[in-house]
Amino acid sequence: MNEMTLIVKTLYLLGAVFFILGLKGLSSPKTAVRGNLTGAFGMVLAIVGAVLQGPQFSFIWFPLGGLLGILIGVILALTVDFKAMPQLVGLFNGFGGIASVLVAASMIVLTQITGQRETPISAVATAATGIVGAVTFWGSLVAFAKLQGLISERPLRYGLEQVVKVIVGLSALAFGVIYIAPELIGGFDRNLSYWIMVGIASVLGLLLTLPIGGADMPIVIALLNSYSGIAAAASGFVLDPPNSILIIAGALVGASGIILTQLMCKAMNRSLANVLFGGVGAIVESAKGDDIYAGKIKSTSAEEIAVILKNAQRVVFVPGYGMAVGRAATPVRQLFEALEKDGITVDFGIHPVAGRMPGHMNVLLAEENIPYDKLKEMDEINPSFPNTDVTIVLGANDVVNPIARESQGTPISGMPILDVDKSRTVIVVKRSLAPGFAGIPNPLFANDNTLMFFADAKKGMEDVVKAYKEAD
Amino acid sequence: MDYDTIQLLNLLIDVMTVFVLAIYLGVEVIGKVPSLLHTPLMSGSNAISGITIVGAILALQLSVGRESHTLGIWLILFGTLAVTFAMINVAGGFVVTHRMLLKFKTRK
Repeated sequence: MNEMTLIVKTLYLLGAVFFILGLKGLSSPKTAVRGNLTGAFGMVLAIVGAVLQGPQFSFIWFPLGGLLGILIGVILALTVDFKAMPQLVGLFNGFGGIASVLVAASMIVLTQITGQRETPISAVATAATGIVGAVTFWGSLVAFAKLQGLISERPLRYGLEQVVKVIVGLSALAFGVIYIAPELIGGFDRNLSYWIMVGIASVLGLLLTLPIGGADMPIVIALLNSYSGIAAAASGFVLDPPNSILIIAGALVGASGIILTQLMCKAMNRSLANVLFGGVGAIVESAKGDDIYAGKIKSTSAEEIAVILKNAQRVVFVPGYGMAVGRAATPVRQLFEALEKDGITVDFGIHPVAGRMPGHMNVLLAEENIPYDKLKEMDEINPSFPNTDVTIVLGANDVVNPIARESQGTPISGMPILDVDKSRTVIVVKRSLAPGFAGIPNPLFANDNTLMFFADAKKGMEDVVKAYKEAD
Repeated sequence: MDYDTIQLLNLLIDVMTVFVLAIYLGVEVIGKVPSLLHTPLMSGSNAISGITIVGAILALQLSVGRESHTLGIWLILFGTLAVTFAMINVAGGFVVTHRMLLKFKTRK
């Protein structure tokens, strides 16, 4: 112990405090920008602490790796389209995971160079870091590829799927145990057993995420976010002495991911186990859409919508993933502005799982400069639907399906929904009557107060804006 | 460092205290974030999980002076890669979160 240790520990403590204050700032949009900067400042302090901790500054490799990372990170952050935010966050999760795997690997190499065995705490943590980090990395890459459209968003399912996952998971654990106690099987090479374990865990990462479909991505991204934090915390236990700031920051992120995961599961009325192992995407009901829709579908036109809107006093937009993929946020904002100019009250009803990550719709609408006080959560907007003249459902389907109110028998039973069917008129902008992700028909489309506007989200909304501005 | 069993258990309790309390604190703080800001929360907490950069820097610093060892190259390689990946996470995470948060405005 010396003065430098004291300084380093103080920097780590301050870094952790700034992380907590930073996250606290995110509790309101007013303080959020400052909160994020506070967190970033905490990170600077932590990095300075690590540099001072020594033993010697790495003059070549640290600046090289660091600057390269800053360059890539900043370019990605500045160029990403907000629509693609889920895949970027997914990718970043993965990078956190692989960094932890590499830190643990370095510590193994160090023990081989010095010939000193690490503590049992460190050994167990190394195995944990390797497994969680590898699952995070490969799971995130799959999530990225699915969201980016590089591979199909459809769930990949096969026979004996759960058995395969369990066997692969147990194999990874087995090599983890061999790494911790190589004496068990006659002094197996520890470096080798670590990398075999990481290899098997990588396969596990693929196996866990490939069977998960597009609409379940909010849950998977939140869960992988949590894993990246857990991997960071575990790598804090790997170091000798254990590093408090890695443990604290990792635990914060782990907790954050878990909370978001729970919220997403609740918003789908499904257990985490069901998402990970059951997968709603697997259920393909022989859609009885024809019976429900027969003769009851009323389609409408941009001109008719314009007239209805002209006579409305309160309008609610309900956006879904279709608005994101259809790039329809801009005409939505134009219509919003035109309606407000005529003194019509406009709100946005956002379902917690709308889009491909928690809060996805809010970011897209905020990007269009729609004031955030217009973006209402489900519980806040639901009581207002009976007083709403027109609700425009744009690219959302399962989250407004009244079937969910039925307690049993459908994949979305019990899922909380936006009660759009209680508003006086519902306009559904959709290309066709095709079912949503849950694969079931939506009786909302056949309701007496529902009008279907069959159109591409962007083109359709642009036509409505045009017709509205021309109507008088 | 060498530890006997009691020292080791002491150490374990110390670090677990920090870990467990941090999780509870995290749950309390994060629970207050409105769903409006869940995407920036994820990208921001993502940046914080880039804290692995600390472990990566320490690993790299332990490689200094060991370059000539046959395994030294691995220490440098893993350390540098870890710094790069973690730094992408840190820099990219905070910048993209900032970019998003600037968009959340009320009426002028």
